[in-house]
Amino acid sequence: MSLDDFGAALPRPKPDFVPALTPLVVALVVAPFIGSASSFVTLTAAGLAMGMMIFTMASGLTLVFGMMDVLNFGHGAFISLGAYVATLVLLPLAHWAQVDSWPLDLALLALALAAAVVVCGLFGLIFERLVVVPVYGQHLKQILATIGGSIVAEQLLYALFGPDQIALAPPASFRGAFVLGDAAIEKYRVVATVVGLVVFVGLTLALNRTRIGLLIRAGVQDREMVEALGYRIDRLFVGVFMAGASLAGVGGVLWALYREQVHASMGGELLVLCFIVIIVGGLGSVGGCFISAILVGLIDNYAGFLAPKLAIVANILLMVVVLLWRPRGLYPVGGR
Amino acid sequence: MILSGRPPRGRTLQALVIAVTLALALAPFLFPGVKPLNVAAKVCVYALLGASYDLLLGYAGMVSFAHVMFFGVGSYGVGLALYGLGPSWGAVALGLAAGLAVSTLLALAIGLFSLRVQAIFFTMVTLAVSYAFNVLASQLDWLTGGEDGRSFRVPEILQPGFRLIDREAFGVALGGRQVSYYLVLVGCVVVFLALLRIVNSPFGRVLEAIRENPFRAEALGYRIVFHRTLATCLAAAGATFAGALNALWLRYVGPDTALAGSIQIATLVVVVIGGMGTLYGAILGAALFVVAQNYLQTLLGAVSTAAGDAGLPLLPGLFHPDRWLLWLGLLFILAVYFAPAGLVGALSREDDTTP
Repeated sequence: MSLDDFGAALPRPKPDFVPALTPLVVALVVAPFIGSASSFVTLTAAGLAMGMMIFTMASGLTLVFGMMDVLNFGHGAFISLGAYVATLVLLPLAHWAQVDSWPLDLALLALALAAAVVVCGLFGLIFERLVVVPVYGQHLKQILATIGGSIVAEQLLYALFGPDQIALAPPASFRGAFVLGDAAIEKYRVVATVVGLVVFVGLTLALNRTRIGLLIRAGVQDREMVEALGYRIDRLFVGVFMAGASLAGVGGVLWALYREQVHASMGGELLVLCFIVIIVGGLGSVGGCFISAILVGLIDNYAGFLAPKLAIVANILLMVVVLLWRPRGLYPVGGR
Repeated sequence: MILSGRPPRGRTLQALVIAVTLALALAPFLFPGVKPLNVAAKVCVYALLGASYDLLLGYAGMVSFAHVMFFGVGSYGVGLALYGLGPSWGAVALGLAAGLAVSTLLALAIGLFSLRVQAIFFTMVTLAVSYAFNVLASQLDWLTGGEDGRSFRVPEILQPGFRLIDREAFGVALGGRQVSYYLVLVGCVVVFLALLRIVNSPFGRVLEAIRENPFRAEALGYRIVFHRTLATCLAAAGATFAGALNALWLRYVGPDTALAGSIQIATLVVVVIGGMGTLYGAILGAALFVVAQNYLQTLLGAVSTAAGDAGLPLLPGLFHPDRWLLWLGLLFILAVYFAPAGLVGALSREDDTTP
């Protein structure tokens, strides 16, 4: 043992690569059943894009839960809100979106995403202050209050934007597909995947390279210890809650452009997938959330191709299998 | 009261529970007519649905999103059996038995999978499973009739054309609807009393102990997973009964009447506004909820039109009759904050001597 070792930090925990390989395993297992290579490539690309979008929505949920044990059933409302913000930004600018120019369309997307971040963050703050704060530490009441909050928020969206679906076409240059040999990959899916990856990299860097990120990670591991060291974790939590709402909004924008329509009930439906993702990934773990979102996206698309009626059942089976294998999710955090 | 070591406390509360029960018992004679009888039957069904949910929410302290799914299993069980086998009591029994078996197995599976680690998993897993069940029920249209559902014929004695006796009793013709109503009422009362017996048994006390302090209960030697899973199964069975009775009453089963998310929300509202952890609360909550649902919409419609006439922005949308869930949701949040014991808690406070 050299002298350096005494001054060195604690030995790094062994990285656990097995769960990270599961999406690859799933893809390889399913591949023979798909039939043609081109369909497989298309489906895999679609699954990755869907996974990235779900990850964007679910990452905030898992951090919020990890820090304060708050399971926010109102999260779906922020997804819908983000989607409606996208319609507010993109529909008036529809004539720009007609122009087939990548820089202009990317700028439009960035504008919509920025608007969603700001609006959802603000409403996240309001939601946290009005609905969550009065019931801190009371588990059952918290669940009930956020359920009530989600009902009210969804109904408010209906009241403000009307009960009908709003069609939302993606900007011109995101339409159509890249053709690789026989396989067609829709352009917008590539865009969504890139945005999701940017969010993941940004989130990982923010959590691992900044002081606030360090505190957040510590808070997820053991809230009381961080409080005992003198940090006002409730203030930190407000920020995390707002960031989570913003991320949900970003996911909502991406999803609305992907489905090309917006409806207030979409948040509730996506929340189901988000819950599956954060359970499978391990509550509180961003990395686990990333892997499990990819898993869920891939399985949803494969199952949707092989047995269209069973896509959601396939994801429930995924949850069952993972919980049998690792009862606390792929990457369990702290004492959870 | 019967079968219970803990009768409702407080004069007003007792009077109210007795009044609602009596009104339900005599509904065909007190409020003759088609619509009032429908309202009364709905109150019965929601009271049972709420009471069985209270076993989970109030006694075990668990939030489930799958309660409406078990309700749907009961509805579809009886409905599809009558649809497939024709109107006979054998089909009703078979459908109910099948529904109970499916519900219990589903509840067992959900409980065993999700309760091993953390109670919060349970809530999320029930949401996912009931969502998947909804999708399946609407996709498998060869079995369930898809979005259209299935209309079916009920045994003869329950059909509207049937006459029990030729004369009128107390000015009301006793026909199949009245027989059906009493079937629903008696069914609900029997299962309600069974639930009452369960929550006042040692098992019910252990559930409360687990709700208050899981670690302590476990340290005292009670197996948490077993108790919580059993509670899930019992509550599921209660919801299945409610669903079966509802299907018999409606003579129709479909996603709107058996699986809609709004039924799940209604159940939550019934229990929370009535009072968690009391069972009686569900009766009061159901009566209040169903009446409110029927008359709130009319009221909202009036306000909405008035606001529209006055030219106010936004308000017509907010008070639109379809937005009644908005106001119910607000009431729900306020109840969670300020009156967690609900109506029962507010009414029994006055002469609350025993702790």
